[in-house]
Amino acid sequence: MAATQVVRSEWTKIRSVASTVWTLSLAVVVTIGLGMLISALSANDFKNMSRNDQLSFDPTYISFAGMSLGQLAMIVFGVLVVSNEYSTGMIRTSLAAVPQRGTFLFSKIAVASGLVLVVGLVTSFVTFFLGQAMLGSHKASIGDSGVLRAVIGGGLYMTLIALFSMGVATMLRSPMLSLGILMPFFFLISNILGNVSATKKIGRFLPDQAGSKIMQVVTPIDDDTPYGPWGGLGIMALWVLAAIVGAYVLLKRRDA
Amino acid sequence: MIELEGLTKRYGDKVAVDDLTFAVRPGIVTGFLGPNGAGKSTTMRMMLGLDRPTAGDVRIDGEHYDRLKDPLKYIGALLDAKAMHGGRSAFNHLLFLAQSNGIPKSRVSEVLDTVGLTSVAKKKAKGFSLGMGQRLGIAGALLGDPRILMFDEPVNGLDPEGIHWIRNLMKSLAGQGRTVFVSSHLMSEMALTADHLVVIGQGRLLADTSMADFIQQNSRSYVRIRTPHRERLLDVLHEAGVTVVESGSGALEVDGGEAERIGELAAQHQIVLHELSPQQASLEEAFMQLTAESVEYHAHSDGPSPVAPATPRQPWGDDWKRS
Repeated sequence: MAATQVVRSEWTKIRSVASTVWTLSLAVVVTIGLGMLISALSANDFKNMSRNDQLSFDPTYISFAGMSLGQLAMIVFGVLVVSNEYSTGMIRTSLAAVPQRGTFLFSKIAVASGLVLVVGLVTSFVTFFLGQAMLGSHKASIGDSGVLRAVIGGGLYMTLIALFSMGVATMLRSPMLSLGILMPFFFLISNILGNVSATKKIGRFLPDQAGSKIMQVVTPIDDDTPYGPWGGLGIMALWVLAAIVGAYVLLKRRDA
Repeated sequence: MIELEGLTKRYGDKVAVDDLTFAVRPGIVTGFLGPNGAGKSTTMRMMLGLDRPTAGDVRIDGEHYDRLKDPLKYIGALLDAKAMHGGRSAFNHLLFLAQSNGIPKSRVSEVLDTVGLTSVAKKKAKGFSLGMGQRLGIAGALLGDPRILMFDEPVNGLDPEGIHWIRNLMKSLAGQGRTVFVSSHLMSEMALTADHLVVIGQGRLLADTSMADFIQQNSRSYVRIRTPHRERLLDVLHEAGVTVVESGSGALEVDGGEAERIGELAAQHQIVLHELSPQQASLEEAFMQLTAESVEYHAHSDGPSPVAPATPRQPWGDDWKRS
């Protein structure tokens, strides 16, 4: 079984369903649109900010504010790519055609994350430039120190979120269960845990809290985060790795 | 050629497939028969490497399924007609299957034509009737031009024309020297297509025999009698040492071909007969008899705790009341 055959097959699967187009479009539109809106509002509000807030004003990070909602569409994409197989019963047809389950899983993941990486990077750059346009005189330039890293990091962040969702969905199989856990977790629970002082020390090791550090260019005053931008992305990558290993082990052992 | 050896699948305490050993040979249609829940689908899933056997082994042309390179070129299977993404077109469904096994794209159009779905190739599968889904599943099985074909309940949901088509398809595939393995819970359907029969009940092998032998061994001949003087006839036959069974519809049945003797006995005692007809049990009855016996066997072997397992099988024994 040549892996290239399976990759080509998974590409056909992913491009031939409507959910791919609408989840990814939604992620792009929401991330860019909300990023522009919040950038524009921040530019207007700048003169009313405290001295500290003005000093740690991070135009790059602000233009990525839409990511918090946009990532939810990426999660839906990641979940559907996998759980479409289970909810339709097609997984049996797929695994009868490709009985090497590792090849099957990793081809699917490779195709989906390749697609998300391209979409994520494009989104990230567009978000940055349009966001900066809204910020007017407070804008950052792509040549500024750390900005290019943050913008590329935005694309990587989206890719890792989708990968994590694919791993979780493979383990859970049901789309409803996967979305029911992932959506509230990334939209609410993680944010609460990462911002409430009692849980902050643990909360900031959660995948999205750690990973979003990559999009930060200006470190806030009195920030005591024990990792840097790449360290944060690395922590997120470890979460993704754990989810994918779990997915592989379960898929390998389970009856289809 | 598919070979099973001691194939067993347990789910906790429940044995779904119990020590199955048989071979499916090329060139003929082998029917895989058993009541609903007998373990047919589980067995087929194990053949395709989808479910792991608890014990035993199954080999496709001497190889384990997951060792086959491009398995669709060895064995094509229709498991579940609904197992496809509703938003994907028939063409793309077959295309991704073809690509995964290095089968040329031209083959997709060929099999769509074979199953008669060319006109709806670009339509989404969710608009398909069960019969069309069944045809698309069969197209997927034929895609790799495999030497072995496996169909799980293929006539489900097909209209009479479709049933006729699939029967002829299976026969012609076997006629080309391929191995054709088809499951059903309908004996009447198997009688029309299968050359060989493998019968299971509650996961156990009940018969592995040619269709002709199965008919000969399992069908019984008997004489059906109707009379307004039922009690008198019963007495007369009892005195003559003839065993009588009461059938469901109020008629009497006597095993064996003794119509002449019963007629003469009735005449001697001046008993009016409304019917005296030699009968041959249908294949359906033979099948029910066979599976009913497997139920009886299980009920006894379970001993003091004759709980759940026997009850859902009851309808299979109901029609066959023998004293």
